[in-house]
Amino acid sequence: MPSTPPSVDDVLAALTARVGSLETSVSRGQTRVVVPESLAFDAFAWLKEQGFDLLVDVTCVDYLEYKAAKHRYGLVYLLASTATNQRLTIRVFLDDPDPSTRSVVPLWKAANWLEREVWDLFGIRFTGHPDLRRLVMPEEFTAHPLRKDYPLQGRGERHNFPVLTRDHS
Amino acid sequence: MAVVHSVPSNRLELPENVVIGRLDSLANWCRKNSLWPMPFATACCGIELMATGASKHDLARFGAEVFRFSPRQCDLMIVAGRVVMKMLPVLQRIWQQMHEPKWCISMGACASTGGVFDTYAVVQGIDRFIPVDMYVPGCPPRPEQLIQAIIDLQDKIQREGTITGREFDTAGRQLRKRALEEIASPLSIDASRNPMLQRELAAAADAIAGRNN
Repeated sequence: MPSTPPSVDDVLAALTARVGSLETSVSRGQTRVVVPESLAFDAFAWLKEQGFDLLVDVTCVDYLEYKAAKHRYGLVYLLASTATNQRLTIRVFLDDPDPSTRSVVPLWKAANWLEREVWDLFGIRFTGHPDLRRLVMPEEFTAHPLRKDYPLQGRGERHNFPVLTRDHS
Repeated sequence: MAVVHSVPSNRLELPENVVIGRLDSLANWCRKNSLWPMPFATACCGIELMATGASKHDLARFGAEVFRFSPRQCDLMIVAGRVVMKMLPVLQRIWQQMHEPKWCISMGACASTGGVFDTYAVVQGIDRFIPVDMYVPGCPPRPEQLIQAIIDLQDKIQREGTITGREFDTAGRQLRKRALEEIASPLSIDASRNPMLQRELAAAADAIAGRNN
């Protein structure tokens, strides 16, 4: 590590020099960057080299019926550097009909279950994921229930359970 | 125990230490005062369930303080909290692992109806999938309410219980039993002085006749 760690702004400037201009914003003291999907994996690999060794979270937002949104899905990656305490939020926008992006499990092992959860609830496919199974919903579930077009009360996926009466016991 | 050797023609003389009662009643009295709960606690109702078992509310006063975490040792399942769809097969498996006779209390709004969690992931009332004897309203219910439910359940066991568990009979079971009676020729039993048996036999005959038509 260098004696004085580079600020997030320096990292951003270097990243912009590598991949071209990026849409950035600051919210409550934290920097957010929108990275195009095609450049995302290379950007993540480079950011990891710059000291962002901790993947805090991978989550997703469904912007369906969101008036100002240009894309349907927004993946959110929260990165942190354990050496410098810097934090960086990377956002990657995806669209139907095949929302998918490259898995970051080769970079951060923590992404394994986080990406499984996003796949389970939002139906975002992570190509190259070693084990992309459902995480929280039952295995035979077919829908991705945190999508905004999924009805709140469900589609009756598991309402065909056997009913136990006193006769069965 | 004293043994009655001779029975007078029309009057039974009993020693002082002999009590006559129905065997069902004795079994019920034993069962109701020794309920062993299976705590299926999944949410905040579980906290009230623990409080019910703890010293202040003292469920031991009603003979139901022995919480066991093995369904093989329990006869009262207390479902305290919401049950998600993914948990339901577990709940059903545990219920099936419990020995007869067994009872179920659905504690709180979530277990009884799904409560505020009207979503795809939560079972909208466990009685859709397993039999329930007592429902406790509340969100969560206070320990007093749970104790009231246990007292009511004791009352139910005392009133309805039978030593062979006939009170759990469903229509399907009854049909099977009546078919057995058909094979065993119920007319060999003298029912002339037993109105209850007469009614049972008439009902069995009706069931058989209805099936043959």
